[in-house]
Amino acid sequence: MVPADEGGGLMRADLLVEPVAGLDEVLAVVDAFDRTLVGGLLRPHPTQAGALAELAAAVAGTPLAGRVAEAAEKAAAGTASEDHLVALAAARTALLGAAHDALVTRADEATGRDRGEEAQAVPAGQGEQAANLQAAARTWLADVARAGWQGIDHDLIADSAPVVFAMLPDPTLRRLATLLDGFSAELAASCPGATLERFPLRRWADLWARALLLTRPRVDAGPAVGTATGRLLPLGVDVQEHATAAQAQVHAVFEPADGSPPRLVRASVSVSKPDTVVGVGVWQLLRPHLSLLAAAGEGRAMDLTDMPITAEGDLIWDDAHARTGRPADAFATARVALPTAVAAPTTPLDRHPTRIAIPVFLEGYAAAEDGATALVLAGHHIPVDVDRIPTAGPLTPEAVATSTACIGLLRWDAGAFRIQPLAVETTVKKKTVALHAGAWAGGTTDKLGVKAEKAATEAVAVLRERAGKLLRK
Amino acid sequence: MLSAWEESSVARVLPPARPRKLAKVPFVELADGRLQGVVSSGSDIGRVYVSSVAAGDFAFTCSTNNNRPCGGAHGGFCKHIEALIGEAVLQYGAERVARYLRVELANGRSEAWDITRTMGASRPPQGDKTAAAPVFSRFLRHLAYLELVPTTTPLPEMQWFPPTRAVA
Repeated sequence: MVPADEGGGLMRADLLVEPVAGLDEVLAVVDAFDRTLVGGLLRPHPTQAGALAELAAAVAGTPLAGRVAEAAEKAAAGTASEDHLVALAAARTALLGAAHDALVTRADEATGRDRGEEAQAVPAGQGEQAANLQAAARTWLADVARAGWQGIDHDLIADSAPVVFAMLPDPTLRRLATLLDGFSAELAASCPGATLERFPLRRWADLWARALLLTRPRVDAGPAVGTATGRLLPLGVDVQEHATAAQAQVHAVFEPADGSPPRLVRASVSVSKPDTVVGVGVWQLLRPHLSLLAAAGEGRAMDLTDMPITAEGDLIWDDAHARTGRPADAFATARVALPTAVAAPTTPLDRHPTRIAIPVFLEGYAAAEDGATALVLAGHHIPVDVDRIPTAGPLTPEAVATSTACIGLLRWDAGAFRIQPLAVETTVKKKTVALHAGAWAGGTTDKLGVKAEKAATEAVAVLRERAGKLLRK
Repeated sequence: MLSAWEESSVARVLPPARPRKLAKVPFVELADGRLQGVVSSGSDIGRVYVSSVAAGDFAFTCSTNNNRPCGGAHGGFCKHIEALIGEAVLQYGAERVARYLRVELANGRSEAWDITRTMGASRPPQGDKTAAAPVFSRFLRHLAYLELVPTTTPLPEMQWFPPTRAVA
């Protein structure tokens, strides 16, 4: 627990396990809609019509009401157009956006955190070719919704590949392309859908709905709205990956040089990758493009000068605006600077419970009796997502189970708040040592790490050699 | 009520590939209803073979990227196809490869050797030779992932793709 006298207030674990009013009702509507995507919308069953009507009813008091009501009616008759499907995806997104807002409010109460004012989203400009590719993606997503998860086959899923490959090189389409690439890989591996016994209902509906909304003009990563000058104190590194893409995000406290209040910020770097590049190979691809990874690994601050930053608190990193600073222990940052740092709001269209990733500092907890699957905070069990700890690093589920302090991300999934550990303090031979999930991000001298680095370097070298021969012929 | 897996936005569906050495078989995939990939020639560094085995009937093909048929792939699997199966098992695990190809293993064992032998014993037919060109172009696209420019603009959708400690 964060001591109350340090300004962060007490971590109110009780608030994290207490039900959020209205949440179950919203999720029930979402779940019913998600089930309609199993059988598909080509020849809907009466139960699907009921779920669609419920979705329309749930947004009846919003500006979406008219469009969604029409879309639900058409979809129930098996005659939904692409625009109708976009309207249904928008309704579902609005409901999960409301769920996100309620959950963030609760999380802020539990952690005693202030959140900044909302900024207006700025539409992103894009070319005609991008619009054509978005239209092609929209058509494919509509076909998938009509077929339903049970109806997917290899031919249908393979249709997405040319669209994805045409989109990937365009930076304005990178979000959509990367999402579709990961989504279609899962669908391809699950073909034919008729043989599946169960479906990741929430997940695939999430990915489908987000992709569909990203095919509309507007959504792009929030453009930079300002600049940041001051000291950046890293807290930890979160990594995300699918077969052909990876992203590392450094969560940090930013102390502006002008003396204004410290802020919670992120710096991200993402790469495309062949599926055979995994583990430390991913760090190797990411490393050269974000000097902050090395600084975080070495426990150093960075000094920023005019670094672009979005209203969501995302630094658009450019090494030219940063230099490595003095040593800064992440646990000292978490104990002293984190409690007073102000968080940024999320762009309205991007609000979804899965976007919640709030840095927290915990101590004075116990591991649950069954190991590292939960931490007991003031008598309340908070699940720990140990599966998210990257294998290419020194942090392990066992270390979390024996830890005495933890820097983590507070997340929400499958009905519960949970902790994703980014770093822990644990006792080894009567000494306190810190283990960071991202310790190898900038490089490692660890014996196992060095061996893995060498193997990964060789794998990428083989592929680059082939690419040099074959792609430039 | 949905199960926790069904109501999880970050349910893990695809285990990540396992690391393997890439020199002999630079590209393997389970796609389009086939195990397919690219195998380096043992003798000529400038030549590669495009090999595939179809799910279900195990129809096989092997030819160079210039569409010259592989001399070894007449009555049965050639060494390139055997290498392809072996590396696929390293990358994806034997169970996933067997499941994808719909190989019924008699003794319940699932090693690369068992998969290869079971498929070979069914006297698989020669497959459609036109498959080589699309597989090779997929390999080129696969290599092209390394050429795409990294970005420091955040990709919020990657929040749906957490890592997993589970292995294939």
